[in-house]
Amino acid sequence: MNPVLEIRGLAKSFTMHLQGGVRIPVVAGVSFSVAPGECVVLGGPSGAGKSSILKMIFGNYRCDAGEIRVRNGDETVDVARAAPRRVLALRQETIGYVSQFLRAVPRVSARDVVAAPLADSGTPLDAARAEAERMMARLNLPERLWKLPPATFSGGEQQRVNLARGFLPDLPLLLLDEPTASLDAANREVVVELVKEKKARGVAVVAIAHDEDVRDAIADRIVDVSRFAAAAA
Amino acid sequence: MNAPAYNFAYLDEQTKRMIRRAILKGIAIPGYQVPFASREMPMPYGWGTGGVQVTAAILGPGDTLKVIDQGADDTTNAVSIRQLFAKTAGVCTTTHTAEATVIQTRHRIPETKLGEDQVLVYQVPIPEPLRFLEPRETETRQMHAHADYGLMHVKLYEDIARHGHISTSYAYPVKVDGRYVMDPSPTPKFDNPKMNDCAALQLFGAGREKRIYAIPPHTTVVSLDFEDHPFEASRTQASCELCGADDSYLDEVITDDRGGRMFVCSDTDYCEARREARP
Amino acid sequence: MIAEAPLLVAEGLGKTYGRQLGCRDVSLALHEGEVLAVVGESGSGKSTLLHLLSAQLEPSVGRVLYRTRDGALRDLGEMTTAERKFLARTDWGFVHQDAAAGLRMAVSAGANVGERLMAVGARHYGRIRGAALDWLARVEIDPGRIDDAPRTFSGGMRQRLQIARNLVTKPRLVFMDEPTGGLDVSVQARLLDLLRGLVRELRLAAVVVTHDLAVARLLSHRMIVMKDGEVIEEGLTDQVLDDPREPYTQLLVSSVLPA
Repeated sequence: MNPVLEIRGLAKSFTMHLQGGVRIPVVAGVSFSVAPGECVVLGGPSGAGKSSILKMIFGNYRCDAGEIRVRNGDETVDVARAAPRRVLALRQETIGYVSQFLRAVPRVSARDVVAAPLADSGTPLDAARAEAERMMARLNLPERLWKLPPATFSGGEQQRVNLARGFLPDLPLLLLDEPTASLDAANREVVVELVKEKKARGVAVVAIAHDEDVRDAIADRIVDVSRFAAAAA
Repeated sequence: MNAPAYNFAYLDEQTKRMIRRAILKGIAIPGYQVPFASREMPMPYGWGTGGVQVTAAILGPGDTLKVIDQGADDTTNAVSIRQLFAKTAGVCTTTHTAEATVIQTRHRIPETKLGEDQVLVYQVPIPEPLRFLEPRETETRQMHAHADYGLMHVKLYEDIARHGHISTSYAYPVKVDGRYVMDPSPTPKFDNPKMNDCAALQLFGAGREKRIYAIPPHTTVVSLDFEDHPFEASRTQASCELCGADDSYLDEVITDDRGGRMFVCSDTDYCEARREARP
Repeated sequence: MIAEAPLLVAEGLGKTYGRQLGCRDVSLALHEGEVLAVVGESGSGKSTLLHLLSAQLEPSVGRVLYRTRDGALRDLGEMTTAERKFLARTDWGFVHQDAAAGLRMAVSAGANVGERLMAVGARHYGRIRGAALDWLARVEIDPGRIDDAPRTFSGGMRQRLQIARNLVTKPRLVFMDEPTGGLDVSVQARLLDLLRGLVRELRLAAVVVTHDLAVARLLSHRMIVMKDGEVIEEGLTDQVLDDPREPYTQLLVSSVLPA
């Protein structure tokens, strides 16, 4: 099967101009691919560059070198070189991303935060909201919170809003950054089920998961990121 | 008995030629305000300096002049202007609308229908219909140039929003020949329909503002309005107490200190003619 | 969506005021439904760029092209003034930082919204008023205020009225100059939320000039950073903000005070 995601020779460093131009290497030579229905969990200690890799795949971080080839229908797009508009289209059509923290928008209700990606890609608002409610219910988010803006929610509640938002659209590639970090056991179990459902539908998943139980439950393969450690220049 | 010190019709020939050129341009572009080098006249601004210059420029020895002020031939202003031209041009004067070849007017259009051999000269205080909406001349000239007239309807919209109907009752804006929005001078809106398809040439002179504009004979002149609030040429619902006319524009005259009043025709010639014709 | 022709294109755009540089060598393309933020500090050339793009200033070099509704890509500099004016009051909107510059302060809210409709030939009072009421509701202004002049409105209301006035003719492109500048934070949030919704719903393209990075993050898809009249960095908004490359952009991003 053709991979949904294929990464070759990916490298990333940060140049901190405000600290005298010091260059901080993150990763180099990252290469792996993910097939449809497969879940790859990125392993390695904190600071190894796992989150940076996810952010590069999503187009949130730029890359110094390498290719990030994402299959989009009949064609393949290299996120590392694609025009911004192309990346935005990929985010609507192909790549879903659950970040570690929810970026709350003032005044927008949890329900609309969750429904937004669906609504943005053309689902009528009412239908998107109904889907959002279904997903929030599944993640045990109390109904009284649905119409409130999530800025004042607890960490776990915000994380579930974030998860609902990320899991709702049906996209071929899903990136998960610590999806269960601040969840209780019951909700961790829901997330594991959701990931399994995605895999069953042929979705390729790249995840970061420190929780061993979760990792064991979802991972088909573990890619140890520490072997891509970049040498300081 | 022309006073020898004055040129024919007071103004020198060069000035009259300059004004005629402005008039011709105005006729060529109906409703467009043509700048002209307005002269000092032997009367204060606001008394008809623009109208007088236009009249002086078009008057010939064979013309018969009528001058009205608010429809009346016998007010100080009308009498003085008539005398000015009787003295400096030696032209015949009249108070009968039908006999006149040139009629200079302030704030009215005669009730008697005008013909093709007549010219109506309006005295205009403020020629710019957009002035009170947009005070910058640089802006209003561009708005005319680009036919950017949304603002004019804003004024009418505000009228309806505030009063339930278009309350503008004089100097009611018109669109001339489908192009320029024009101020008809402070005539009552009752007179607006008379401007449309009028057989006479209509000339407008604004002395202080140094503008001349024109409506050639038989030009379409439309009063601005809304589809659901159409223009209405309103008048006081009464009959003239002197001649009984129920189709003329009426003035309200206070007759005593106890609230007594009467309505009479504003057009004195029209009223007198009707009274003379009565058995 | 990808293959579709851009709506607005700038090619090698530059402006000098005598010896003073306004901006230099700016090229960009904006597509339908896309919001571009232009950030930079005062004097960076971002306002000059906005005025060049919206044909309020003539470029010293370069050109601006706009795809009109008939599909033709037209050079703004070669259009007649009348054509540009027509675009400005039909296809475009312009939201000023100072609402007084974008509104008629002495004229009622309803007439402010209705003016653009009347300018393009609407002549039915009832329908114009209906459209004004509809738009007041959409920008969350009490319809009971329709006959009040914006003089009597708060800053946030004035800004929302300005938006309604601009959007009533269903423009395709809106230029915004610091749309939330000078407003209280809570008022800002409401306005941003409203703008986000309208931009999405109407598939508006927009160029938003702001020095507020939070505004850029909330409203825009793409972003360009200007300094000393030049574009020094550009890209996806979240990419430029989360992974800034240029020293100046890093300084901008790190200078934001956390709430």
